[in-house]
Parts: sequence; structure tokens; C-alpha cells
Amino acid sequence: MAEKEIVISVKNLVKKFGAFEANKNLSFHVNKGEIFGFLGANGAGKTTAMKILCGLSAPTSGEISVAGYDVYAQREKIKRNIGYMSQKFSLYEDLTVMENIRFYAGIYGIKKNLIKTKALELLEKLHFLEMANTLIGSVPLGWKQKLAFSIAIIHKPEIVFLDEPTGGVDPVTRRQFWDLIYDASNRGITVFVTTHYMDEAEYCDRVCIMVDGRIDALDSPDNLKMQFNAANMDEVFIKLARNSDYEKV
Amino acid sequence: MRTIFYILQKELIQVFRNKTMLPIIFILPIAQLIILVNAANMEMKRIRLHVVDNDLSSTSRELVSKFEGAPFFEITGFSFSEKYADNQLLTENSDAVIIIPKGFERELTKGNNTALQIRINAINGMVAGLINGYSGQIIANYSLEKQKGKGGNSVKPGGVVDISYSFWYNPDLNYKIYMVPGMLVLLVTIIGMFLTAINIVREKEMGTIEQINVTPIKKYQFIIGKMIPFWIIAMFELVFGLIIGKLLFDIPIQGNLFVLFSIAGLYLIVALGFGLFISTTANTQQQVMFVSFFFLLLFILMSGLFTPTDSMPYWAQQVNVINPIAVFLEVVRMILLKGSGYSDLIPQIIHLTIYAVIIMSLAVMRYRKTGA
Amino acid sequence: MKRFKSFVLKEFRHIFRDVRTVIILFGIPVAQILIFGYVVTNEVKDAKIAVLDLSKDEMTIEITNKLTSSGYFLLVRNLNSEDEIEEIFRKGEAREVIIFEPEFSSNFVKYGKANLRIITDASDANSANMLTNYTSAIVRDYSFSQNKSSAVAGQILAQSRMQFNQNLEGSYMFVPGTMALILMLVSAMMTSISITREKETGTMEVLLVSPLKPAQIIIGKVIPYVILSFGNAISILILGYFVFGLPVNGPLGLLLAESLLFIMMALSLGIFISTISKSQQVAMFISMFALMLPTMLLSGFIFPIENMPEVLQWLCNVMPPKYYITIVKNIMLKGTGFEFVWFETLVLLGMTVFFILLSIYKFKIRLD
Repeated sequence: MAEKEIVISVKNLVKKFGAFEANKNLSFHVNKGEIFGFLGANGAGKTTAMKILCGLSAPTSGEISVAGYDVYAQREKIKRNIGYMSQKFSLYEDLTVMENIRFYAGIYGIKKNLIKTKALELLEKLHFLEMANTLIGSVPLGWKQKLAFSIAIIHKPEIVFLDEPTGGVDPVTRRQFWDLIYDASNRGITVFVTTHYMDEAEYCDRVCIMVDGRIDALDSPDNLKMQFNAANMDEVFIKLARNSDYEKV
Repeated sequence: MRTIFYILQKELIQVFRNKTMLPIIFILPIAQLIILVNAANMEMKRIRLHVVDNDLSSTSRELVSKFEGAPFFEITGFSFSEKYADNQLLTENSDAVIIIPKGFERELTKGNNTALQIRINAINGMVAGLINGYSGQIIANYSLEKQKGKGGNSVKPGGVVDISYSFWYNPDLNYKIYMVPGMLVLLVTIIGMFLTAINIVREKEMGTIEQINVTPIKKYQFIIGKMIPFWIIAMFELVFGLIIGKLLFDIPIQGNLFVLFSIAGLYLIVALGFGLFISTTANTQQQVMFVSFFFLLLFILMSGLFTPTDSMPYWAQQVNVINPIAVFLEVVRMILLKGSGYSDLIPQIIHLTIYAVIIMSLAVMRYRKTGA
Repeated sequence: MKRFKSFVLKEFRHIFRDVRTVIILFGIPVAQILIFGYVVTNEVKDAKIAVLDLSKDEMTIEITNKLTSSGYFLLVRNLNSEDEIEEIFRKGEAREVIIFEPEFSSNFVKYGKANLRIITDASDANSANMLTNYTSAIVRDYSFSQNKSSAVAGQILAQSRMQFNQNLEGSYMFVPGTMALILMLVSAMMTSISITREKETGTMEVLLVSPLKPAQIIIGKVIPYVILSFGNAISILILGYFVFGLPVNGPLGLLLAESLLFIMMALSLGIFISTISKSQQVAMFISMFALMLPTMLLSGFIFPIENMPEVLQWLCNVMPPKYYITIVKNIMLKGTGFEFVWFETLVLLGMTVFFILLSIYKFKIRLD
């Protein structure tokens, strides 16, 4: 493989909430165009780390750069180059599908005449055209998630951060959702995704497993399975978790 | 600039789509204005007087008839028992009791000074003062009349200070002229401050704010985009309410409406900015609600609309500089009733401008795109 | 019962966990009662006046002194001509101008009549009216006192006795009113919001499928607020007594019981509001809007009810604070017992029952 361009680089990231250490000295990097999975149980510190990378939260210490910008000094520049889809559903329930697209495209500074074509393109791809004027509140959850993802990358960011995007969604829709992720990745968008579905981990180029705020393993799914002598990612995870405080609680 | 436009568009759609809130925003305030204005009257038109006439003489009856004839008094009953009379005060069936002692006429005819008693329910000190003044005046006049009537040379008619009144700007003393625009300002402020105060915290509770915080939007763009829609709504309501007031209550408009609306625009920036500031500091709608409730109640009761600001202690008058309602009500009164123009209003304009700059900067500063 | 107890405890923890909320809940009522007790008063005090004295003789100076030493007025300017009046009114420097005619005292003595004009800035009619009344009273007093020496005898002297509030303290009027206003708003708002919040976040459904009965849920949610509001009522009474010298002339127990009743009424109103509103925002606006100004204006808190048009007087009769304010004034200031407040008590009780029944009815419809 040729020399890869690094889009996210994290060295010794520490995040403390009072005495509680949510992220303990994390170091990793993410290559351009890859699908990078962030795995861990609830409370392992995934979301905390992701929020720091998105500029939603300030790190306690560490050297971190995203899309070539420093998270301390150039937070707003980072925001221009990333997309984000949060765990909590983040579209406006009382706006229609079209209005939500227009709003987010608008604040990302997409030109007015372009917004319309982009929106139609997006809806067509999702086979969503007839829903354009429906209020988000009455759209089924799986569709909302796909829409939220498409909106998160409407401004063609370098990196998109997805925080447990498929929570509570049926398997078919999850599959469709991952098709969208592959599609984005093929267009050169780096995907940073947190999840606790181990089957999803198999879809990633590389995964990073967090336990108790630490990174316990980081490699491609195949390598990890080999390393831990496991049949699937589920086993890898269980083997790792056994060593942690998490199990003892 | 375009970013602000998109926020504005989104907010307006959300407000007008909410069918429960629309009547609350647009109809409730106007209805309240029309109804409540009639309540805010300080004049004592009807003082209910209970009479205990222990003398039952022609003099005592004549005195009572003086009260009956006076425009403010209404006799609610007669009795011979002080206890019963006191009960009238306790039950609030009467505002005052006049007790004429036995031998009242006899003493007077003898040429002695004689005293009668007036007992006033003084819980409302202001009203009690008025009752005391009015009744004292009737009694004194009657006393003078009696003395003169007995005439002779023994009594020289006393001098009188003849007092004449003029009520400027409002010769008929119509309290509604001031109360209508004043109450309108209160209602618009309550609506505007609340809508803005709830707004940001609501996005926090719903989680949508995170999605906005991750965009490259500037803090000031966000705050301004949040303010303008409510500014438009409040401004519309102010204009609309004033038209209603003009049509229904015939309030005179002496000054230039353009002057009024331009300063109103400035005032609304302060009021709504205050709401936004509260919103940025709180985490839940309940907190916002209590904090705005505190400030609104404070601002309203110290605004000078219902009670005079002159009577407040000095320190309170100083503290009142943070009360935008008080400043703006002064402006409204000066423009509508006295016809003041920009040149008369320079201090108020400066005051509001400084306030607007400070509160908006605070709101922008307090709004954090990045959490701890 | 055990489940119920743990539910109530959970609600308590919920409220008291957040220090900021607790400070707000207790601090705000206390701050308000302090501020309004000191600041809000409807009496005339230090009203700014100007004098145009065209005669500057003994009498006019004496009258001016009488006015300024009364405490009601503050002389801000001596004018030289009528032309200045317009300017000081426009700038708002003074609210009233008093004009003494030339040769004032010699007219008084020689012709038995001297002319004095009071000009007020009546753009605020209520206060203009008050100022004029106070000024005339002082001037009349003065002119009668001048006559006293000349009049021989046979005068009628009026002795007035200010019942229930000898020193005409403004706080006697405003503390009971503020108390009603605060208890009403705080209790009704708190319950309506906290219940609607559960509805909005979906936790209400979880509670409804639990073995707790709907009535238990509502009661459980309300109990902490009853205690909280009662705490507020007591702290307001303590402040009223120690800071403003408001006596409790009647039975204290009765006063507390009545306050508890009023709180229950406000809470049941809050429950009712929560059954008709879909979101916290709506609940908030209804309780704020429908309650704040009407409570202030239609309860006799500031403006005497007897002066209102008849239609509004009827409206006042359905305003709960009106009854509570009457009860508080009766018990605290007039020192009466239950026999003077039974009717008001009955009305409040009726209102409480009414709101509870209405809420149950609404609640049932929603569940079906």
C-alpha cells in the first residue's frame, strides 16, 4: 500500500470530568478514505472522544489534529470540514424533510440554487422524493437516520463522524444504512463511526476497541480475529472485556 | 448574512406551524389588553360609608346628607352600634365608618367644639389617605357653613384658597390613554422575552443544538438569527395592538409614530436579548421559566405603570436602570401623550443603546459551542 | 404504599439534586417579597414638583414649605414663567407645577380668597389624580389652620382612626398580594411543567404502565411541591413579620391552614393546565400568561376591585388570589377568626375540587 494521508491524528488525548477520567491517554490516527470504527461498551468513552474530535468538547490535554487543523486553536476551521450525526436524533421534528435539508445546507453555506438540486439529488437517491413535504416527526425512524446521514454529508466534508447511527433500527435498514456509508467512503469521505454492534465492526476497514477509557486494541477486523484467535468480532470483544473493570462491576 | 437568513426562515416556519402556540402568541395578549386595561384604575369613585348616628338630630342628618350628595361617597347603611359598624369594616362591606356622638347638635349650638370620629380601613394606605382627605374636606366645609350660618358678627368669614386644576396632556384624566400602550408594552415584552428565553434551551433539551454547534456557524450569527424572527413578531404585535388601542380606546397620538417605532425596535433588542441571555445560561426549560419569571415580575412591578416610580426608595430607583420596561414606558408616554421627539428622548435612547450592546454581547459570549 | 413512598422520594431527589433549581425555588420568592415589600408602594412619596411663585410672600413660602416637608413632595425647581412648564413636563423633570397668583396673601386676607393653580402632567392619569388630591389636601389644611385663629368656636373636628394599619404602611397592602402572586405562580407553574415534562420526554408512559395508579402518580408528583410551596409561604410570613413588621393578629394556625389550602388549589390548577397542554412551552405560556397579569390586576393586589366595571368585578370573582388575599388580610391584619373567612375558604375549597375533578376527567379521556 502506498503512503497514506492522515486526516485525524491523536496523541495522548486525556479528558477528565473532575476526578473521573473518561479518556485515558488515547493515541491513534485515521487515514484518508477509510471507515474507522470506534467500538466499546456504553460508557467506555467513545462519545466523549468523538465530541472532542468534532469540536463539541474541549480536551484536557493531548495533541489532536482533525483534517489538518488543531482542535485547540482552529476549531471553527475543523467544523467547516466535517459532518456529524449524533446519537440523539437531531433533525427538527416540526420541519418537513425538505425544510430540514434546506436549513442545514443553508448554514453550511451552500449556494441557494445549488441547495435545490442537491436536495433533489439526495432525495432521489434515498427514494424519498414523495416524502419531501412530510414533517420529520411522522417519518419512520430508519428513514430519519438515513436522511440525517445524508444531510450530515451534504456539504461534502472530508470526514463524517457518526455516533451510534444505527441504534434502534431494524436489520434491513441497518444494511441499507451501511450501503450509504460505503457509498460515501467511495466518494473519498473518511468515515469515523462509533457502535456497539459487533457485526458492524466487520464492515470497517480498521476498528479501535475502547474499554474503560483506554484503547485496548486497534487493527483491521481480520487481524484482530487472528490476534485473539476468535471466529468473529463478538468474541474478540468479549475476550477483551473480560480483562476490564467493566466485567467486575 | 445568508446563514442568518436560514436560521430566521427556520424559526419563522416553526413558530407559524405550531397551532397551539399561535393563538397564545397573537390572540391572548390582545384579549388581555382589552379586558385588563379596564381594571387598572386607581381612582376611588365609590367610597362605601357606614353611618352611626347616635345624635339623630337635624344637624347630624344634614351632615350625613352632605356625604350623600358628595360624588365619591355612597352610604351603605346605618346603625347605632359601634360594634356592628366595626364589623362592616371587617367584612369589607364598608370602606369607612362615621360615628356621630350623642349630643352633637347640642354642643354645636352651645358654641362648643365637638368631635366626630371616622374609622377607615387603612390596609390600602393610599385609599385610606384619599378617604381621609375627602371626608375631612366635607366635614370642614360643613363646619364653616354652620359657623357662617350662625353668622352674627362674632364670626369673621375665613379666607379660602381657591384651587383650580389643569391636567395637561390628558384633561379628562383618562387613565386608559396611558394604560393601553403601557399594558401593550408589558404583554409584548412577556411574549417576546419568553419565546426567546425558551428557544435556545429547547434546542438544548431536544439535542438539535449539538448538530448546529458542529457546523461552522458563528456565535453572533446564531444569536442574531434567533432574535430577528421574534423581533418581527413582537414588532408586529406592538403595531397591531396600538391600532386596536386607537380604535377601541381612542388613545391620542401626539408624537411621531416613526419615532416611537424606531425606539421600540431598539427596546425589543434589549428585551429579547435579555431572553436569549437567560436561555444561554440555563439547561432546562423549567430553570429558564423561573429566572424569566423573576425578572419579568420585577421589571413589571417596578416599571411605574401600576405604581409610581418616584415613590420608590432612592436605591431602588438606581437599580431600576436595569429595568428596560421602565425606560421604554417613559418613552411611550412622552411620545404618545406629550408629542416628544428624538431631541427630548436622547437620554433614553442612549440608555437603551448601551443596554442593547451589553446584553447582546453577553448573550453571544455566554452561548458556548463547545462544552466543558 | 411502599412503592408509592419510593416514588415520592424519587421526585424529591429529582428536585433537590439540582442546586440551581433549589436556589431558584427558594431564593426567588424571598427576593421578590423583599424587593416588593420595600419598593412597590402606591403612596405618594418624594414626587417631583416645581413651583411658580408669582408672589413670594409669607403665605406662599409657608405653603411651599408645608408641601415639601410633608414627605410627599420634592421641590426640584423654582420657575420664573409659565413658559417653562411645557419644557419640564416634556423632559419629565417634574410631574406637577404649583402656581401662586401675585399678591397671594394680601388677596387671602383682604378679599378672603387667594388663587392657586395646580398643573399636573396627566399623561399618567392615576398618579396625576393622586398628586392633585394630596396637594389640595395639604393646601386646604393650611387654609383652615389660618382660619382657626379667626374662628371663634363651634367647629366640627374630624378625628380619623386608621384601622388595621395605623401608620399607613405600604407593605400591609403589598406583602399579602405578593404572597398570593408568588404562591399562585410558583405552585401552578412548577406542577404544570414537571408533569408536562414527563409527558414530553415519554417517561409518563413508563409510569402509567407501572403498577402505580394514575392518581398516585399525580399525588406523588405534587407532594414535594406542596412541601416546597408551604416552605415558601412560611418563609414569606417570617420575612413579613420580622422585616416589614406585618403582625399576625389572628390565629396563626388558621393562617397556615388557609395557605396550605391555597397552595393545594394552585397545584390542582397546575395539574389541570398540564392535562390540557402538549408541551412544556404551552404549559409555561398558559400558566405565565393566564396567571401573571390577571393575578396582579384582578385580585385587588394593586387596584381596588370596587372601582372596576361590573363585568370585571364578576371576572375577579373567579380569580382565586382574590379570596386568598382577603383571607390573609383578614387573619393577619384585622385579626379575625374563621367566622370571617369561611366563605372565602369554601370558595377556595370548591375551586380545588373543581380543578381536580376536571383533571381526572381530562386524564381519563386521554387514556381511553
